[in-house]
Amino acid sequence: MVFAYLIATIGLVQGLKFMGDPARAKLGNMLAAASVLVALVALVIATGWSHLANVFLLVALLAVGTFIGNIWSNRVAMTEMPQLVSIFNALGGACAVVLGLNAVYGMGTPVDTKLLGSVLILANLFGGVAFTGSMVAYLKLDGRKLPRPAPVQKVLARISLALLLIASVYYLVMPSDAGFYPTLLLAISIVALLYGVFLTLPIGGADMPVLISLLNALTGVATMMAGLLFREPVMIIGGILVGATGVLLTLQMCVAMNRSLAGVLAGKFAGSGSAKPEGEQDIRSITAVETASMLAFSKQVAVVPGYGMAVAQAQRECFALQEMLKQSDVDLHFIIHPVAGRMPGHMNVLLAEANIPYASVKEMSEVNNTMEHYDTVLVIGANDVVNPAAENDPDSIIYGMPIIRAHKAKQVIVMKRSMAKGYSGAVNTLFDRQNCKVLFGDAKESLEAIINELKRI
Amino acid sequence: MDLSYSITPIDGIFVLALSLLLGFEVIKNIPAVLHTPLMSGSNAISGIIIFGGITQLLNTPLDHGWTLAAASLAVLLGAINLAGGFFVTHRMLSMFVVKKKTNKPSKP
Repeated sequence: MVFAYLIATIGLVQGLKFMGDPARAKLGNMLAAASVLVALVALVIATGWSHLANVFLLVALLAVGTFIGNIWSNRVAMTEMPQLVSIFNALGGACAVVLGLNAVYGMGTPVDTKLLGSVLILANLFGGVAFTGSMVAYLKLDGRKLPRPAPVQKVLARISLALLLIASVYYLVMPSDAGFYPTLLLAISIVALLYGVFLTLPIGGADMPVLISLLNALTGVATMMAGLLFREPVMIIGGILVGATGVLLTLQMCVAMNRSLAGVLAGKFAGSGSAKPEGEQDIRSITAVETASMLAFSKQVAVVPGYGMAVAQAQRECFALQEMLKQSDVDLHFIIHPVAGRMPGHMNVLLAEANIPYASVKEMSEVNNTMEHYDTVLVIGANDVVNPAAENDPDSIIYGMPIIRAHKAKQVIVMKRSMAKGYSGAVNTLFDRQNCKVLFGDAKESLEAIINELKRI
Repeated sequence: MDLSYSITPIDGIFVLALSLLLGFEVIKNIPAVLHTPLMSGSNAISGIIIFGGITQLLNTPLDHGWTLAAASLAVLLGAINLAGGFFVTHRMLSMFVVKKKTNKPSKP
């Protein structure tokens, strides 16, 4: 068993490492899955030999779970990937809570040291927040009707957080033989579940990449804590790896928005009062036909996709446009902002689904200093990430956020459904620029119109 | 032969500290393209919490109905997380790989 665990541990770490390399990522995923399987079989053989009936039940449950997981993962459209990841994450968190409570109420696992007691409390705390937090995140991502963000939620969130802290500290100072540990654990779990809801409710759409990474990290930490409780090194290592991934991604996303984690969790841009007074913006609109001819006369074109592209399901039209332009020797790149979409890397997955070659997808930092080489930049369903105010207007609430310098290109065409503002509510000064035009309408329909026009040319 | 083994909580904390450092090292430089698969993959790995459920399930006598039911629920939740996570990551990564193969010949 020790040997199997050793293999599994090495496999997990190596698998995760491979997942950071585009060429070997698929192998890495399979390696990680195989490692878990090896460790799982070893665990069952080591503990289950004497309880064969339980093993049958276990195998049945595993089969059902795998079956459900498989169906679910195959049914979901790529645009809905953030929802799916949230749901799976919620299940992991729920699992942690059930395990913790069952350990004390059902199994009578001895919690004889403060260390074990604290570990169990933390496992349930993180698991509980991850569970309800991910469920709320799922509902938000899925566009369900939820209570509108209200100040009362923030107050409730603070109260629950304070309760959790008090309960944890109380546990540390109370005498070990006090008999109400199970009650305390149950109370902490319940408050943690509530906290997950209050924490997540006020967080807005564009902050979802941060939130999802954070919730992922929480489940990882819960798993790690459970690993300490069950004394399973594979669980500890697996949990830590997940926690580290989640924390790193969370921080990267925060940096990409120039916002602190606390600011994101507070739910809104801090200085929302400092937005410029509404000036009449002088907007030049353009038709699909004009856009098509502009594209046809360009040499270098870039598309900046945002969440709006995902909503309009326009990724296949993007691919078709790229193919069309290739025939007339126009090179089309895609430039992706780190926080575009609703989870880290969301846009990359959508473009990959539409068969867009990896080589034509650029990260913001790769091309941002050479934006003037692009003759035309098409902004599809993105707003704040191309707002030049972030660079040159210290009064703007998004000042300091790294942006894609679309305004440096010779021509910019922004596809929009309406003049609604971006997530931050900041006035987008891109529209004031002489080289910027707006193509109103649904992104998918507009792209289709452009492609049809290009066919005629 | 005794196949089982156990570590003390203190051993566990050593494992924790070392793997924490390792974890950050391993994932430090991941390109943005792979963020989503990395996330769903690591999400799947956190489904390893199922091991706790398995331990509970296998050590519960069959007549302890509620305990058994809770452990079964934990196993089921964990299994969906684990299997679903790996499947969906595989599906995503397949899109990346297939695309590369088909595009290389068509490039020139």
